[in-house]
Amino acid sequence: MDEEYDVIVLGTGLTECILSGIMSVNGKKVLHMDRNPYYGGESSSITPLEELYKRFQLLEGPPESMGRGRDWNVDLIPKFLMANGQLVKMLLYTEVTRYLDFKVVEGSFVYKGGKIYKVPSTETEALASNLMGMFEKRRFRKFLVFVANFDENDPKTFEGVDPQTTSMRDVYRKFDLGQDVIDFTGHALALYRTDDYLDQPCLETINRIKLYSESLARYGKSPYLYPLYGLGELPQGFARLSAIYGGTYMLNKPVDDIIMENGKVVGVKSEGEVARCKQLICDPSYIPDRVRKAGQVIRIICILSHPIKNTNDANSCQIIIPQNQVNRKSDIYVCMISYAHNVAAQGKYIAIASTTVETAEPEKEVEPALELLEPIDQKFVAISDLYEPIDDGSESQVFCSCSYDATTHFETTCNDIKDIYKRMAGSAFDFENMKRKQNDVFGEADQ
Amino acid sequence: MALRELKVCLLGDTGVGKSSIVWRFVEDSFDPNINPTIGASFMTKTVQYQNELHKFLIWDTAGQERFRALAPMYYRGSAAAIIVYDITKEETFSTLKNWVRELRQHGPPSIVVAIAGNKCDLTDVREVMERDAKDYADSIHAIFVETSAKNAININELFIEISRRLPSTDASPASGGKGFKLRRQPSEPKRSCC
Repeated sequence: MDEEYDVIVLGTGLTECILSGIMSVNGKKVLHMDRNPYYGGESSSITPLEELYKRFQLLEGPPESMGRGRDWNVDLIPKFLMANGQLVKMLLYTEVTRYLDFKVVEGSFVYKGGKIYKVPSTETEALASNLMGMFEKRRFRKFLVFVANFDENDPKTFEGVDPQTTSMRDVYRKFDLGQDVIDFTGHALALYRTDDYLDQPCLETINRIKLYSESLARYGKSPYLYPLYGLGELPQGFARLSAIYGGTYMLNKPVDDIIMENGKVVGVKSEGEVARCKQLICDPSYIPDRVRKAGQVIRIICILSHPIKNTNDANSCQIIIPQNQVNRKSDIYVCMISYAHNVAAQGKYIAIASTTVETAEPEKEVEPALELLEPIDQKFVAISDLYEPIDDGSESQVFCSCSYDATTHFETTCNDIKDIYKRMAGSAFDFENMKRKQNDVFGEADQ
Repeated sequence: MALRELKVCLLGDTGVGKSSIVWRFVEDSFDPNINPTIGASFMTKTVQYQNELHKFLIWDTAGQERFRALAPMYYRGSAAAIIVYDITKEETFSTLKNWVRELRQHGPPSIVVAIAGNKCDLTDVREVMERDAKDYADSIHAIFVETSAKNAININELFIEISRRLPSTDASPASGGKGFKLRRQPSEPKRSCC
């Protein structure tokens, strides 16, 4: 410290680590600090298991049946990567893929009438599925072909639909789709958490359905990927990228003060020393007076000794409980992973139920999800405030990330990264900006 | 001939010559001005050991060791760790114990540990006695060599000794899951209905 940097980054959450990597690759001198002794912040995977019990103030610690503490890497936020999504693109452009291994999530399920149904991943499964009737399937297939062929730059593909003005409700009407199909499409494919999208222009929804289909086509089984050893590997990978390009890393580093002069950030004080900077990136916890609360998310981490019933013994899966099935405004999600992903001891599964909080009794709100998981060996309940920055950083040069939302993918996180980049750099984000500028792998050709 | 891919991670204070040791091993060259940050982060070399080919996949720290900010991912899955100190700087040998502790905490249980006292060509300014270092290495059942990346002393011997100490393949079957690497898709994905 006591040095001058272009950018100081506070907090090693995924958003901060990706931005740190981008800045370093583009020649900025970066200092990256975290008050915690581990990488990941709110997006870390907690290890060993004893630390998770401590974090949730369960003072007796894990019982022996949980096995070796070091075998556990428990995610704090339940998310998967869309196989064709923006985070995968970021991993590929930066080649952070070198440091990570993935598995395909084995299935996606949707809750309807108190039971769960597999979201079909093949045409055969679609024909056999009880999610909709036969005549409905034919109309639905026609709709999906329309979506697949839709190109916002080619009016010939529009079939009378205007991407900027036709509402999604009208598109459904055009294809004569019933309520069951609409619910399935909007929540299990387009992954909307509420029904607000119905009255919005249809382009966004069409693109989201496309993303789902293209992600599913990548590997089959489901559109989702998950990294071995937990989501905490993602920030670590991007931090390594930043370090390779000169980023300086300090963990266990408390931040005493962020120093502003004339409304602009000039540095960070830590343990009596000051590091100066031109720009600052941080997560909301470092600047509580410059963020506003934008809702709450409940996440209940459940340890199980069995796969979830009716998932064909899947060792990883997602379950979507559409909001109208349980008289809510937002969907409830379950993300389940297991020992097969090196995140739990042999024979153990981790299922995380989550949703946007709507009432004063959030634990009651997720009960329909918990019922699907019984018997549960251990529960860890986290109710987190969501924060967003008050200012856009144009004057202060302080660029704060948004909290991780209740979605079970990273598209919103990547949008936040692109937006922060644009405000910092003054130009639109391009994935090309993420490419490594020089070779840092030597020896034999392949690796 | 069977090929074994072996991840090796480097540990030790900034400036002791970790990168230079690997550079000598992989490219058989020495650059006294090697930048501690941008440079090689990952190097590979395949050598024959008895009836096997050992492909060493060597991870460098990328400078994250300077403020003790190495990530768990750095240690994960390593078959061996090389902990380097500088024989001309007593403090780098003192902090060696911290690196060993770090490795015990984050590294695989059966990892092969090698301790390398680098810059042994500078005996006239030596601060760490070879006997002291060897005694410590023996006490933790680690390989010990003094090396000179500059003069190519004991570099290959270090890796040969690592090969010798490795457990045989079937002795440690992978207990966890195996994943796959993401690749760029070669062409437009086929459309899929669901």
